[in-house]
Amino acid sequence: MSLQLRVNRKIIPVDAAPDTPLLWVLREHLGLKGPKFGCGVGACGACTVIINGIATRSCITPASAAVGADVTTIEGLSADGTHPLQQAWQQLDVPQCGYCQAGQIMSAAALLQHTPHPTDEQINDAMDGNLCRCGTYARIREAIHKAAAAANSTQSGSSAFHKPAAT
Amino acid sequence: MQFTRRHFLKIGAVAGGGLAIALYDLPWSDIRPFAEVYAAGGLSPHAFVHVHPDNTVTIMSKDPEIGQGIRTSLPMIIADELDVDWSQVHVVQADLDQAIYGPQFAGGSMATPINWEPMNMVGATGRRLMILAAARRWGIPADSCTTSGGHVYDKAGNRSFTYGELAADCAKLPVPDASSISLKKPSEYRIIGEFTPGVDNPAITTGKPLFGIDVTVPGMLYAVVQKCPVFGGTVKHANLDAIRRMSGVRDAFVIAGDQHTNNPAIEPGIAVVADTWWQAQAARLSLNVDWDTTAASPTAPEQSTESFNQKAAELLPQQPSYNLRSYGDLESAFRAPSTRVIEADYAYPFLAHATLEPQNTAARYQDGKLEIWTNSQAPAGGRGQVAKTLGISESDITVHMIRAGGGFGRRLRNEYMVEAAWISRAVKAPVHVLWSREDDFTHDSYRPAGWHHLKAGIDAHGRLTAYSQHLVTFGDGKSVESSAGIGPNEFPAGRVPNYQIGYSTMPLFLRTGPLRAPGSNAYAFVGQSFLDEVAHAAGRDPVDFQLELLANTYDGGGDRYYLPERLADVLRQVAEESGWRKRKSGNGQGWGIAAYACHLGFCAQVAHVSVDSQNRVRVHETWSVTDVGSQIVNPSAARAQVEGATIEGMGHTFVAVTLKNGTAHPTNFPNYPLPRMHQTPKMNISFRITEYSPTGLGEPALPPIIPAITNAIFAATGKRIRTLPLTHSGFSLA
Ligand code: FES
Ligand code: FES
Repeated sequence: MSLQLRVNRKIIPVDAAPDTPLLWVLREHLGLKGPKFGCGVGACGACTVIINGIATRSCITPASAAVGADVTTIEGLSADGTHPLQQAWQQLDVPQCGYCQAGQIMSAAALLQHTPHPTDEQINDAMDGNLCRCGTYARIREAIHKAAAAANSTQSGSSAFHKPAAT
Repeated sequence: MQFTRRHFLKIGAVAGGGLAIALYDLPWSDIRPFAEVYAAGGLSPHAFVHVHPDNTVTIMSKDPEIGQGIRTSLPMIIADELDVDWSQVHVVQADLDQAIYGPQFAGGSMATPINWEPMNMVGATGRRLMILAAARRWGIPADSCTTSGGHVYDKAGNRSFTYGELAADCAKLPVPDASSISLKKPSEYRIIGEFTPGVDNPAITTGKPLFGIDVTVPGMLYAVVQKCPVFGGTVKHANLDAIRRMSGVRDAFVIAGDQHTNNPAIEPGIAVVADTWWQAQAARLSLNVDWDTTAASPTAPEQSTESFNQKAAELLPQQPSYNLRSYGDLESAFRAPSTRVIEADYAYPFLAHATLEPQNTAARYQDGKLEIWTNSQAPAGGRGQVAKTLGISESDITVHMIRAGGGFGRRLRNEYMVEAAWISRAVKAPVHVLWSREDDFTHDSYRPAGWHHLKAGIDAHGRLTAYSQHLVTFGDGKSVESSAGIGPNEFPAGRVPNYQIGYSTMPLFLRTGPLRAPGSNAYAFVGQSFLDEVAHAAGRDPVDFQLELLANTYDGGGDRYYLPERLADVLRQVAEESGWRKRKSGNGQGWGIAAYACHLGFCAQVAHVSVDSQNRVRVHETWSVTDVGSQIVNPSAARAQVEGATIEGMGHTFVAVTLKNGTAHPTNFPNYPLPRMHQTPKMNISFRITEYSPTGLGEPALPPIIPAITNAIFAATGKRIRTLPLTHSGFSLA
């Protein structure tokens, strides 16, 4: 069965059962390996993508539920790693194993889109669904603050973080 | 513990006119006995460094990258001694070939101690060759030349060559004698000791395929393996025909496997192979299996944490079945009228590794040869296991080492490698085996649970005079399960006048194995909590009490790698840095301290916690001081290891795997509450630089944080935590 998905600003037909979790459509049908499989039950955040501006666990989202929506994966955040969050992550050397980090960055991108100057508490709230087994939380928090500061110094508003194309 | 090593380096040309520097002898067997298994095979030449004509440098990273940052730190060492700029360097992951690269594994915090000097020598020999080649071209003595940033300069004039221009000449030069190689002074380092972000950060932050799970091979199928909920259980019957008819499914078949619960090469189960992983997984959820749950043992299905608790309670008050070390006259010391005796029982649960990337491996079996892409921490062991199980030669197996999403000791086991190889051969196609999270939780090699009885005697001056410890653990008679044994020199061995340590075993039909700081992650909790307890009973400050012990030597002391003065120094320093003497515990606020030596490192931690009226514990701030020798290779990765160890140690206070009817629980993260961002404390991290050879950091900072936290809870509430997880004592992590 064919589904029309809009992923990283491109409309893509996918031949998959409609109840296939979006995570596996992204990874196995579209070859987007950024979103990761960690638990399959919405409990770790490794699979986080942004759907219509909202950080979403793609492992528990049926592909059919994403039809007509804008899906952004880590691959769509910037083509070349120049997004302020990606820059901050690299400069502060946030990753340890790195496996959770695509999901962490996507949750952070959704946070900054709505809350360009988050407090520590707002960061904690937004990021609590993202497990980092390696314990990189302190650096993640610092990197979000750093990205927020960098984006605010170069652009006004929140559009630097995540700009889904108009449908 | 300064190591003396000889090095032999060999040079050869590589395609494209570059230079290859190779290392074929690593006399490192003096470091740790378990490493000696590698020494037997000997080591042979191969390239670590390739200098290209355009003056870029490829440096091979030899070890598995599991998040410890080794793919960055070992090449940093080579690059610094080679005297190139880090920006010239491109790091490439080596395949498994221990004859060429020396030991290739990630475990035991061993990469730094094993590789520090050899990697320095690889780089320095390269630099020496560049100088010799330039000196020859200019017709001047070698000592008239100097290097910097990938160039050789004539000290007298303003001429220079790039390394790239000299690479082809270097390849033809004889190997410089090791005695002619001089290493940099630490003050000359320009890369070592600098904050250096991981070389894979760009790929990680842009979502490039990088991890084991991301590997694809043309024509590859995906597989899941359903195993029996009771470890080692076998398949009696299953609805395989129905499964084979499901969407995308290519095959479904029984793997007979073996029932060696300690370390099965391949566990019994059912393989479901499909075009996509999701199809394999969806089909597996429709499996209907009749298991023989008694295959490992008739009593396996009856095993439970509950029954172990009962059995341990019977064994603990008795004499240990097996004595490990005793000296002095323990009984007289305990009976002396002036002696005050303190006794306590401690316990801790099974733990899961829960690497965020579930176990997986891709394999392609073709014409009797195997190619494997794995994120194993011990790929050589895995290759051996694959060869043995499939009955093929190790030389017919190529192993590519792929970045792992966490290791923590889980990937020292390699059964997923064997599964991938086995299934690929069976279905005659490349196969990627990927475990679900439920597979991962229920078929881990668990940190073994343990039960301890401790007894201490203190004299009228509040000094420790006698100490005994009885560990009840898992095993078969004298032999213990993996990571379930304790050593004869557990603290305070050699620091107290009368001492005894021993153990007793009970059978287990479940696999155990090393979890980050194996043994130490449990024994530090037990020993340092009990020491705090005894110090408190003696009316002594735990720092003074422990420092007094560390200054003693009885019965020849302890383990030769255990240098009490190093532990005393980190303990003193952390007390100073945390303001220990000025702390004001009580009223729900508490400070705890602990120190431990393991994996050649010495670490002391202080935790500040608060406990609210509902017994919710918040860890606000921690202070750690770690001594891993004379040089921190990459301060960023080093701090990251301490940050990670601190968070993981916090997690150890609160998570547990429980056995019920032979089955492990929980099966996924919701009931295994690992620390989250809001629980992250402020971490103050210091390294104490000493004169000893640099050693590793994967493990040493973890053990002491656990008792630092539990001692802090005692300080805050007066309630001693003797059993983990904290929920057992009515506490939770806020
Ligand atoms: S894989 Fe989706 S939340 Fe864990
Ligand atoms: S960096 Fe390893 S799980 Fe987050």
